[in-house]
Amino acid sequence: MKPEEIAALLGETFGAKILESKLDSLNPWSMVEPGSMLEVSRFLRSDARLLMDHLETLAGVDYKDRIEVVYVLYSMTHRHRFTLKVKLPREGPKVHTVESCWAVANWHEREAYDLLGVVFEGHSDLRRILLPDDWEGHPLRKDYKTPATYRDMPV
Amino acid sequence: MQVEYDGEVMTLNMGPQHPSTHGVLRLELKTDGEVVSDAIPHIGYLHRCFEKHAENVDYAGVVPYTDRMDYCAAMNQELGYVLAVEKLMGIQVNNRVRCIRIIMAELNRIASHLIAAGTYGNDIGSFTPFLWCFVDREDILDIFEETCGARLLYNYNWVGGLMFDVKPDFESKVMKFVDKFEPHVVALNKLLSDNYIFIKRTANVGIMSPETAISYGVTGPNLRGSGVKFDVRKDEPYLGYEEYDFDVQIGLGEHGPVGSCWDRYMVRIREVLESCRIIRQAVAKMTPGDVQESIPKRLKPPAGEVYMRTECPRGELGYYIVSDGSVKPYRVKVKSPCFTVMSAFREISRGAMIADIIAILGSVDVVLGEIDR
Repeated sequence: MKPEEIAALLGETFGAKILESKLDSLNPWSMVEPGSMLEVSRFLRSDARLLMDHLETLAGVDYKDRIEVVYVLYSMTHRHRFTLKVKLPREGPKVHTVESCWAVANWHEREAYDLLGVVFEGHSDLRRILLPDDWEGHPLRKDYKTPATYRDMPV
Repeated sequence: MQVEYDGEVMTLNMGPQHPSTHGVLRLELKTDGEVVSDAIPHIGYLHRCFEKHAENVDYAGVVPYTDRMDYCAAMNQELGYVLAVEKLMGIQVNNRVRCIRIIMAELNRIASHLIAAGTYGNDIGSFTPFLWCFVDREDILDIFEETCGARLLYNYNWVGGLMFDVKPDFESKVMKFVDKFEPHVVALNKLLSDNYIFIKRTANVGIMSPETAISYGVTGPNLRGSGVKFDVRKDEPYLGYEEYDFDVQIGLGEHGPVGSCWDRYMVRIREVLESCRIIRQAVAKMTPGDVQESIPKRLKPPAGEVYMRTECPRGELGYYIVSDGSVKPYRVKVKSPCFTVMSAFREISRGAMIADIIAILGSVDVVLGEIDR
């Protein structure tokens, strides 16, 4: 399916839960209402027309006034791709985990939590993954200040 | 596999300093005697904040950082990044650049698979293949050194072109290498791949089903080892790979179930021969031209975002780049193939023996520099 068709199908199925779509981008995407992320993911994963079985990447982006989580999806069966996004507030960003749809989301979500502070509700093991457990702050936030020391060692 | 545990569970740390973890990886093993009931990978020991650095340098300045992610296949790493930026800016490169990029990427794939095969033999307890592989890899590094001056971290692929044109005798040297190398693969098969002890150690171990592999986002030789015929070079071609005649090699399960360590290993060995085929065709396709003609004067992509993936030796490497229209990337996110396969490690190693953990870890061929970034 072409991105336009996927976006149309999503719009048809979920109506107002799809907030906006941008299809003329190099990476066409649809913005999903955060509360419906799991529902939309399940649909994309299991609907026979879509079968998005491969979560290619999950990226958090800090846009200074909001945080976006980007899910790049691909279907190994139909060989088509689509991108979902959710828009979250910078203070206390929260979205439901999609671990139940794609097992790899477990680690990707841990990374987004570690580096951007996005909390994935219902995640089985939400710990830091790249940084030490007692690290403070989330480095990929645009206003992050690198601490001078970590455990009395200069950074 | 169902394992009964009656004894006391002991926690054993394998790594971070361990010769067989191929870098600084710590595996927290829960063991009952020799049986591992759980293997929890702990990563991050080599985290160098690539994504944060990338936001603070200009687009051209990111290329040397990409080299340092997967230092065994630096050509492929930088290739993915420059292709992503070129896609964002709409730059088309000429035929000569495409051919040289393909030759370099495939040579680097061979070099990387030789490390994988050689060190894998070493892990299992066979030392000679390690030396054989490194002799051939040395010839590839000599070609790289002659072209761009570096043996490991090249900074050779630039956005819109290449750092230097190749030397006049480049084609003949590459062909000489390929001619010499192909018979060596046959010898390597005799020595290692078809070795009875090696097969006993690797077949039937660390089975990864196709469903597990896809759910965990496993890509590249590890996915193909599980019998899934998927290769980005075939299924989403870039650089004109669609014009090349080569086959996607998958695990066939000659020695036990499909998706075992032996299958993953063997896919790599078959792939280097496919790479040789591609190199021969690329050399024949090379035409004269200026390798720097498309390099933009100012590297300032329009605002927007792009996701570009390429087939690296270790799987598909994706770059998600967000541009805000300035000279620096707003966000660079790397989808690392080693990261995703490491997340599946716990699943495929459950119930294995401690010695098999080494066999499984070697067969998925991870580079920690790319996992931790």
